[in-house]
Amino acid sequence: MNSHVYVAGLGIISAIGNNIAESLAALEKEQAGMGSIRYLDTAHRQKIPVAEVKLSNEELALRSGFSHQITRNALLSMIAAKEALDDASVENISSLRTGFVSANTVGGIDKTEKFFTDFLPDFQKGKLRNVVHHECGSVTELVADRLGIRNYITTVSTACSSSANAIIFGAGLIKHGILDVVIAGGTDALTKFTLNGFNTLMILDHQYCKPFDENRNGLNLGEGAGYVVLVSDKVAASSKKEIYCKLSGYFNANDAYHQTASSPDGTGSYLAMKGALERCGLKTLDIDYINLHGTGTQNNDIAEGTAIKRLFHPHYPKLSSTKSFTGHTLGASGGIEAVFSALAIKHGIIYPNLRFQTQMKEFAFAPETNFLKNVVVRNVLSNSFGFGGNCSSLIFSKLEE
Amino acid sequence: MKIYIRAAANISPQKTFGNVPFLTEPVEYTSNRLQAVEPDYTRFIDPKLIRRMSRIIKMGVAAASQCLQDAGVAYPDAIITGTAYGCMKDSETFLSRIIEQNEETLSPTSFIQSTHNTVGAQIALMLHCHQYNNTFVHRGFSFESALLDSWMLLQENEAENILVGSIDEITDISYAVLSRGGMYKRLAVLNFNLFSSGSKGTIAGEGAAFFLLSNQRSANEYATFDGTATFYKPKDRAEAEQHILSFLNLHSINLNDIDLIITGRNGDIKSDGIYEQLELSVFKNYERINYKHLCGEYPTSTSFALWLAANIIKTAAVPASLQYEAGKENKLKRILIYNHYQNIHHSLFLVSAV
Repeated sequence: MNSHVYVAGLGIISAIGNNIAESLAALEKEQAGMGSIRYLDTAHRQKIPVAEVKLSNEELALRSGFSHQITRNALLSMIAAKEALDDASVENISSLRTGFVSANTVGGIDKTEKFFTDFLPDFQKGKLRNVVHHECGSVTELVADRLGIRNYITTVSTACSSSANAIIFGAGLIKHGILDVVIAGGTDALTKFTLNGFNTLMILDHQYCKPFDENRNGLNLGEGAGYVVLVSDKVAASSKKEIYCKLSGYFNANDAYHQTASSPDGTGSYLAMKGALERCGLKTLDIDYINLHGTGTQNNDIAEGTAIKRLFHPHYPKLSSTKSFTGHTLGASGGIEAVFSALAIKHGIIYPNLRFQTQMKEFAFAPETNFLKNVVVRNVLSNSFGFGGNCSSLIFSKLEE
Repeated sequence: MKIYIRAAANISPQKTFGNVPFLTEPVEYTSNRLQAVEPDYTRFIDPKLIRRMSRIIKMGVAAASQCLQDAGVAYPDAIITGTAYGCMKDSETFLSRIIEQNEETLSPTSFIQSTHNTVGAQIALMLHCHQYNNTFVHRGFSFESALLDSWMLLQENEAENILVGSIDEITDISYAVLSRGGMYKRLAVLNFNLFSSGSKGTIAGEGAAFFLLSNQRSANEYATFDGTATFYKPKDRAEAEQHILSFLNLHSINLNDIDLIITGRNGDIKSDGIYEQLELSVFKNYERINYKHLCGEYPTSTSFALWLAANIIKTAAVPASLQYEAGKENKLKRILIYNHYQNIHHSLFLVSAV
């Protein structure tokens, strides 16, 4: 068994940037990615703000090397996974056992939507090429094939905690010595399916979202992809490039309360955070920053906040929801926020929670509202909670000098 | 560390579910779509919930409940599912409404139930189970990944008892789409003639199978689950062979230690080629049976094969419908399952007598 799992590379694409450098710049300048719908073909244009990646499928195709006719989910995944793999610059990677564990929630449904329009009136109609990548796993395979990864490939889908669980599974593969290198995280493109789904649940804010604000009014949907490259002790030791951090703790729990709502006391969130701390033997005082799940819905923020209160009161670390920048990227959010967590440790930075005005009356804490530099960030707790009660927390830790 | 299969519950196109004899009355199908024989759900699910749940959720929840009952476990330490297509019917319903109603006045029910983790989540809800909960959705690797996740948690002592299973359904739409893509035979074939049909395409299947895996012994295990491995798009027979032999090597055995091989022939002359080649090379002279004439082809059919292997070992019997003629039923101590899905997803499982 390997005792540690290291983060050797990062890759990201979201509404605030197409790579690490652009994302960091947007975070520092406090530039959110929300806006009117520009790329998604939907009847809800002008009505619901979203956080789209600012590239058309044609532009994403040029950057990814795929055809623009492939699902947007794969286009986003490819760009971020490639950046992560290049960033890790693992020596002699062809001699190592490398895996790709990616998460998503809707597979190639953007293309299935097109297929269905012609198919529904007549089952003999509709272009099959639009439906062949419908499955979630197909998106992962398109990218794995292009990256040349064959040793291990799988896909996780646990709603909004999907990528966090992909990272946890990837860590297991390293710990058990099954693989040496795992690109883990997830992708999710905006689709009519998800936009309409969340719209029927009436949890979309028609303004820009305000996570953890007393007057919060729902979430903004976003899209993107985020991956970390996890490596074993041996690979980390031979790395010529500086390792970002360790994935020191992680825990998966279930709220077991309701299919789409969190329990008022945040049982699942509490168990996930507590379990992650116990796994790495850290105390709550060791956590310098919590990257909140913080969707901005009434329900999530009260549940997550209550769990944080139960665990951390009276000593709260800095905390913020970067969904105030990227929107809620669903199956990608755990990956994107893992990237932000690793960057916080490497650069000694903490991100603001945008548009925060009024502290929630239930709590004695408020999220950080400024971009902080030159802070010591030893341990970051990253939360991802989802439909089906799936709650997962990850802890990233600075390497000892 | 040994891992035991303590219980196995299987809703399939055969009479496999509940307290029934082991495949003594095989179901014959004259169409290319084998549909699961569904149980009386009121035994497992609150009638109020039954009305709201779609078919795949009911199948999954019922199979999981039966499995836990059989194992005498009320609260597993983890619930892990694999599904290639997820809750396809709910996804189709919501997508159809979006198109037909031009994104207006939609009801959330089918969207809520469309997420791939719905079955795992509903089981957790029913049991009030706050433990580890995960769902893998990787085509022909979905069930295999769920099993590997289970294996790792048991090895780490993170869990003692794990409920792990797979669910996949055929719908009218998926059958129509996959038929157009050439997945199924153009002419109807009797399922018992599947392997002699000599034509392209296979027959459609579906099912929900759940297992209780434990790293602790109990009174009546089916078998031990020794491990699983996958390999992706092998270039040729030689590469497949190499993966099979290194899997056995990893478990410190060789093919002579295997008493029976269950292979995943599906009656498609193209897809079955790799099995034929292996039967002329490494699998030559070893006893083999096939299973997809009973359950049809679907991405998570290996859960049917695992159920089959566990039952063969437990009962020391091989039902006549499996055409096993060697007459050494009571000497079957170790079974290797080798399957591939569309020659992309290849998987291996090893099951032994306790």
